[in-house]
Amino acid sequence: MQDTSIFTGGFADPVLQGQAAFRAVMDGMANPGRIKETDGTPSAPGGVPSAMAALALTLVDHDTPFTLGESLRASAFPAWLAFQTGAPMADTAFDASFAFFTCADAFPAFEGFPIGSDEYPDRSVTLIIEVEALEGGPQLTARGPGIRESAVIAPKGLPADFLARWRENGTLFPRGIDLVLVEGTRLLCLPRTTRLQAREA
Amino acid sequence: MSGLATYNFAYLDEQTKRMIRRAILKAIAIPGYQVPFASREMPMPYGWGTGGVQVTAAILGPSDVLKVIDQGADDTTNAVSIRAFFQKVANVEVTTRTKEATIIQTRHRIPEEKLTEGQVLVYQVPIPEPLRFLEPRETETRKMHALSEYGLMHVKLYEDIARNGHIATTYAYPVKVEGRYVMDPSPTPKFDNPKMHMSEALQLFGAGREKRIYALPPFTDVVSLDFDDHPFTVQSFEKPCALCGAEGVYLDEVVLDDRGGRMFVCSDTDYCEDRRAQGFLGDQGVPLKEAAE
Amino acid sequence: MYVAVKGGEAAIANAHRLLADRRRGDRAIRAIGIDQIESQLSLAVDRVMAEASLYDPSLAALAIKQSRGDMIEAIFLLRAYRTTLPRFGYSEPVDTGAMRIERRVSATYKDLPGGQLLGPTFDYTHRLLDPALQTDEAVETPLTRTPSPENTSRVTDILNGEGLIEPDSSMEDEHEPGDITRTPLDFPMTRDTRLQALARGDEGFLLALAYSTQRGYARTHPFAGEIRIGMVEVEMDLPELGFSVPLGEVRLTECQSVNQFKGSATQPPQFTRGYGLVFGQSERKAMAMSLVDRALRAEEFGEDIVAPAQDEEFVIAHSDNVQATGFVEHLKLPHYVDFQAELDLVRRMRAEQGLAPANTQSEQKEAAE
Repeated sequence: MQDTSIFTGGFADPVLQGQAAFRAVMDGMANPGRIKETDGTPSAPGGVPSAMAALALTLVDHDTPFTLGESLRASAFPAWLAFQTGAPMADTAFDASFAFFTCADAFPAFEGFPIGSDEYPDRSVTLIIEVEALEGGPQLTARGPGIRESAVIAPKGLPADFLARWRENGTLFPRGIDLVLVEGTRLLCLPRTTRLQAREA
Repeated sequence: MSGLATYNFAYLDEQTKRMIRRAILKAIAIPGYQVPFASREMPMPYGWGTGGVQVTAAILGPSDVLKVIDQGADDTTNAVSIRAFFQKVANVEVTTRTKEATIIQTRHRIPEEKLTEGQVLVYQVPIPEPLRFLEPRETETRKMHALSEYGLMHVKLYEDIARNGHIATTYAYPVKVEGRYVMDPSPTPKFDNPKMHMSEALQLFGAGREKRIYALPPFTDVVSLDFDDHPFTVQSFEKPCALCGAEGVYLDEVVLDDRGGRMFVCSDTDYCEDRRAQGFLGDQGVPLKEAAE
Repeated sequence: MYVAVKGGEAAIANAHRLLADRRRGDRAIRAIGIDQIESQLSLAVDRVMAEASLYDPSLAALAIKQSRGDMIEAIFLLRAYRTTLPRFGYSEPVDTGAMRIERRVSATYKDLPGGQLLGPTFDYTHRLLDPALQTDEAVETPLTRTPSPENTSRVTDILNGEGLIEPDSSMEDEHEPGDITRTPLDFPMTRDTRLQALARGDEGFLLALAYSTQRGYARTHPFAGEIRIGMVEVEMDLPELGFSVPLGEVRLTECQSVNQFKGSATQPPQFTRGYGLVFGQSERKAMAMSLVDRALRAEEFGEDIVAPAQDEEFVIAHSDNVQATGFVEHLKLPHYVDFQAELDLVRRMRAEQGLAPANTQSEQKEAAE
């Protein structure tokens, strides 16, 4: 049973657990496509996987408005996030620094989120999205900074047109969104620089 | 006045760490782009590594092993001071051995030993903007980066050639990252530039006073700017290190007397010691054990 | 035999020990107390609080003692401490109209409601060294007047009543006050963040810039509309209570300069303002700040930007003395790796021009990668 209390499920040791979770996502961003583990202790309401809760606790605070998928919005998760981190809900998706989506909602469109400007490409959203699984889906070849030659990823549950949308995101560079896919306690990062291709069978 | 300051692990408060961590993630996602961050006032002077210290403090954990170098050496006073700071505020394990370190904070050098996967090299950066000496205004240089308008930089380098027959930039030599951003590698000698290219280590750059963080993920394309008729070259030394006999490394010139006596020794002290421990000896070197006695 | 220099750690420890010795000075002389600094060097304390952006007289006094009287070092110490403090929220804007006034002068009106009040000023002292201060001679108790229960209205409010001066500038209701210690500077700045930067800016730097405007580098024809020094109450709004609660009092110096402005296509002829507000008693700083603030508003009034004092990026990027001192002084850190690279280049270029080395051979050559 998911603990639905907004007062529990945070880090027991915010300093060291936050550091460990950050290193997981930093290593993930620096090595796109590589699956990283989080410690699995945080638990948030709304069916949020532990890795997503850990990222929220690690990265979000009152300086970073967030937005949520519809089913999360209806859950106790926003109250949990507000209590645990002090982060405000963004007025619109365009004001969000972070956005969280679980499998209960459709994979979100990238449009409508901030992608930064040519002067400030860092002022862009980081999307944190739960997928069915980080492995076992159709194989994709990943190339770009952080990847020696190429890497193969196979997240399961991406929308059919994901590759086209991701390519579109890539053309915006240096603007663009960054993506963290999560499943359970694990995460996989796709910064905007990663180029994906369907792998020839 | 009682109850003066008890500090958090790694000195910075958690809110500050989060802010720096978010900047680091965006910096990794946009290699070579300088992310503005709300640099804090650190208990050491601006220009003395406050940017590097903040980056290190934001990523450091209890299982890390930290190495701090200045000019390639672990025992220069500022390196000693920064290392002592992290021992005090984070009780972290420290080392002088490049191989053993998980995080290496550096000023002005990249270690000679090839860095490996999982290591993080944190640079202290005084002026992060490679265009700053051509255009002092942030409002202007920001536009130039936005438009990839780097003509001014090429003009400057070419004027050097016209005037001196050489590109007269010997350190902080500008690089282009993934064909997009021109980036300042910090005041490392251009000798070290090739080590940045396709490095296995994550490279993070912190400029505290100028409030910028930028990054090179591992395996990132980093090219030193040059011209077809004047290709980029690095310094090389005529003689090997006088202590360990190493060649193809960066050497410090040591003045021995006031009659022009000079010797050249490894700038990277760990590399030099490691070689001497392995029995390599330069023409003025002594075996390591003897020297310690 | 050559052995590489070692022992940075011991050198640092010994340097700290020597520093502590020099700070203490002659042991036959009684150590100076924090309370003495706080109460008898109070203007030094005020400057440290102002430029450290932290109102805490006793910690400022401690910083002055610890820094051996080096003001920028003391400011640095207090700022490094300030950084570690948690942020509980923002106070309400202080009402300087309700100030308990210790000093108030206006150069624009001979007399005005609330009157002029000289207060504890050096202005009309003859600058003759006072031998009496060599000893602890008794000092008379000062004469004070009972503060008037009414607010002493500000000179700019009087002018504003006639529509002769631009109104107090305001930000939109939605505007959250910026905080330059928590967010990176972004040019052009909004006026709130710019004023913050000026308020913690180096007194000497702002003084020189203000002086330059008077000498024709962006002349703004200022009058000292009013300078007031005194205590104001700081209040914080607590949403849980639904009203503001007082947190305590701080001493502030406020200067409003009244400047000429001819008017433009969109604005009628009227006076404009420059604003200075500083912790503690620091008229020089508040006045300099108001002149520089006005000069920096050039763009707002469609004035040509021709002088350093009008150049926001130049002024703000260089006004912070802790940053400036750090970067200037960092030049004493070792730079021998870079210097080696430059040595090599100069030797090589001299060799190419046929200039023989005086007594040593260049050890480096350029090699293609």
